[in-house]
Amino acid sequence: MSQKQIHEMGVAELAAAIADKQISAVEAAQALLARAKQHQNLGAYLAFNEDATLAQARAADARIAAGERGPLLGVPLAHKDIFVTKDFPSTAGSKMLQGYQSPFDATVVAKLAQAGAVTLGKLNCDEFAMGGSNENSAYGVARNPWDTDRVPGGSSGGSAVAVAARLAPAVTGTDTGGSIRQPASFCNVTGIKPTYGRCSRYGMIAFASSLDQAGPMARSAADCATLLSVMAGPDIDRDSTSLDHPAEDYTRLLGQPREGATAAQPLKGLRIGVPHEWLNWTDDEGLTREDLSDDVLVTISGALQVFKQLGAQVKRIQLPHTNLSVPAYYIIAPAEASSNLSRFDGVKFGHRAAQYDDLIDMYKKSRSEGFGPEVQRRIMIGTYVLSHGYYDAYYLKAQQIRRLIAQDFQQAFTQCDVIAGPAAPTTAWKIGEKGDDPVANYLADIFTLPASLAGLPGMSVPAGFGAGQLPVGLQLIGNYFKEAELLQTAHAFQQATDWHTKTPEGF
Amino acid sequence: MSLTLSDIDRIANLARLEMPPAQAERMLTQLNGFFDIVEQMKAVDTNGVEPLAHPTAVIDHVSLRLRPDVASEPNDREANQRSAPAVERGLFLVPKVIE
Repeated sequence: MSQKQIHEMGVAELAAAIADKQISAVEAAQALLARAKQHQNLGAYLAFNEDATLAQARAADARIAAGERGPLLGVPLAHKDIFVTKDFPSTAGSKMLQGYQSPFDATVVAKLAQAGAVTLGKLNCDEFAMGGSNENSAYGVARNPWDTDRVPGGSSGGSAVAVAARLAPAVTGTDTGGSIRQPASFCNVTGIKPTYGRCSRYGMIAFASSLDQAGPMARSAADCATLLSVMAGPDIDRDSTSLDHPAEDYTRLLGQPREGATAAQPLKGLRIGVPHEWLNWTDDEGLTREDLSDDVLVTISGALQVFKQLGAQVKRIQLPHTNLSVPAYYIIAPAEASSNLSRFDGVKFGHRAAQYDDLIDMYKKSRSEGFGPEVQRRIMIGTYVLSHGYYDAYYLKAQQIRRLIAQDFQQAFTQCDVIAGPAAPTTAWKIGEKGDDPVANYLADIFTLPASLAGLPGMSVPAGFGAGQLPVGLQLIGNYFKEAELLQTAHAFQQATDWHTKTPEGF
Repeated sequence: MSLTLSDIDRIANLARLEMPPAQAERMLTQLNGFFDIVEQMKAVDTNGVEPLAHPTAVIDHVSLRLRPDVASEPNDREANQRSAPAVERGLFLVPKVIE
């Protein structure tokens, strides 16, 4: 037994301790299961299956005994309950799928299992990944371990809580409009959403198909790189939007100084672009972002200073269509959601109302009982904007604006290598504070939506603490397929800072 | 532009959602609030801009693949029907649609 307790270890430490036979995969799984169950008041986990978990752990131990080694062999992980799993119920945080047993594993789940990772359970999330606070889950809120009266963010809220409260060394999440980056920011977790199409969507319960992407959340960029290397890669026959690009080792640039850089200045030559439209610039009287809170601005400015000390050049870039990302996204995502969610008709799977008059009435009652208020709102928006006579004015227009937003980024990347800014305009808010006013909730996604619409890889990296000792995440965005460079940049930042190692009191 | 209650009824019917009057009123207010922020899209000149469906198409041509039209999954009817609300002899049961 090493000196550190099992829950205090990250992915790399746990994998090494298991490979060196200091602890077994079974011991690691048992310790974390016990801890996760002890902290069920946080609402992070929705389902356990101890028999399945321990069977997977024993299989990993057998592989280790046979001499196999691997960066995830025997490492316990947990999955956002948006990924379908054979051994655990898969609910998408919805009453509609209460008790649903999938006949197969999502590709991402299967890939991690093949690498020897052990599944601890399924993690709470906003219903069908729609929301930014985890308050839209049909199975109760998840609580932010930095202040349990506050939301953990969302939609991957349970995922962020599990990592922050040390209930799992790393987890999976999904990001449609910021659902990995924003909860990572709220909970002092590192998370990355890769380029759209990099991780297979097969077995990810669909929300908005042209935006949904899986990604890892962990305690460091290095651990995220290890997971993403396993999760990503082509899935040609099962996901028509999966990119035909070979899998790659995202750890390959970690700790490597950039070309021409030095050990003291590992990021020398790196050009970091900060969007003019995202921050309140002291030298610019024409632009104020009233939605950006001061403590976030101060924390992000501090992080940019660290990058300068590491040799990076910080410069201003423009993303002129930033504010249009809110309407464009909230047209496109609900449109796709209304199509995807039409499969829930109470016939083949999912909730069916107990009483109804005829087939149409059965559809209506089953859907109205099974879907929560936010999901119903988005289905209504989506159905309307796709309905006869409105398609051009809304969906088509939004897809055109989406191209303008993507082109803004391509223009910006001629002047910089990485884009940096806040992941969210504020720190975590109080549970219940925003109510169910959709507009207030949608506007809070302003900084994550642009990269989502453009399909670019994006991260949130712990950057410090704002008012009330609440975490603030720095968002880093790279160009398409530049995940390894993003992770290298984040890793260099984490070598120079210790924000990502901070643990909430009591955990 | 503002939606009306009859629009809400029409959309709810298209979406196969049951919407009692009190809920419809609330939905109307919230949707109209939302479409207020959508209005700003109108001011953007998108003449000649190609809509973007697959995001990486902005840098490279993306074509959707077709796979051969052959069964790729094993027949797993029992597992597939395990979570069905009503099944009899391998068939999904629905209310009577033809009298």
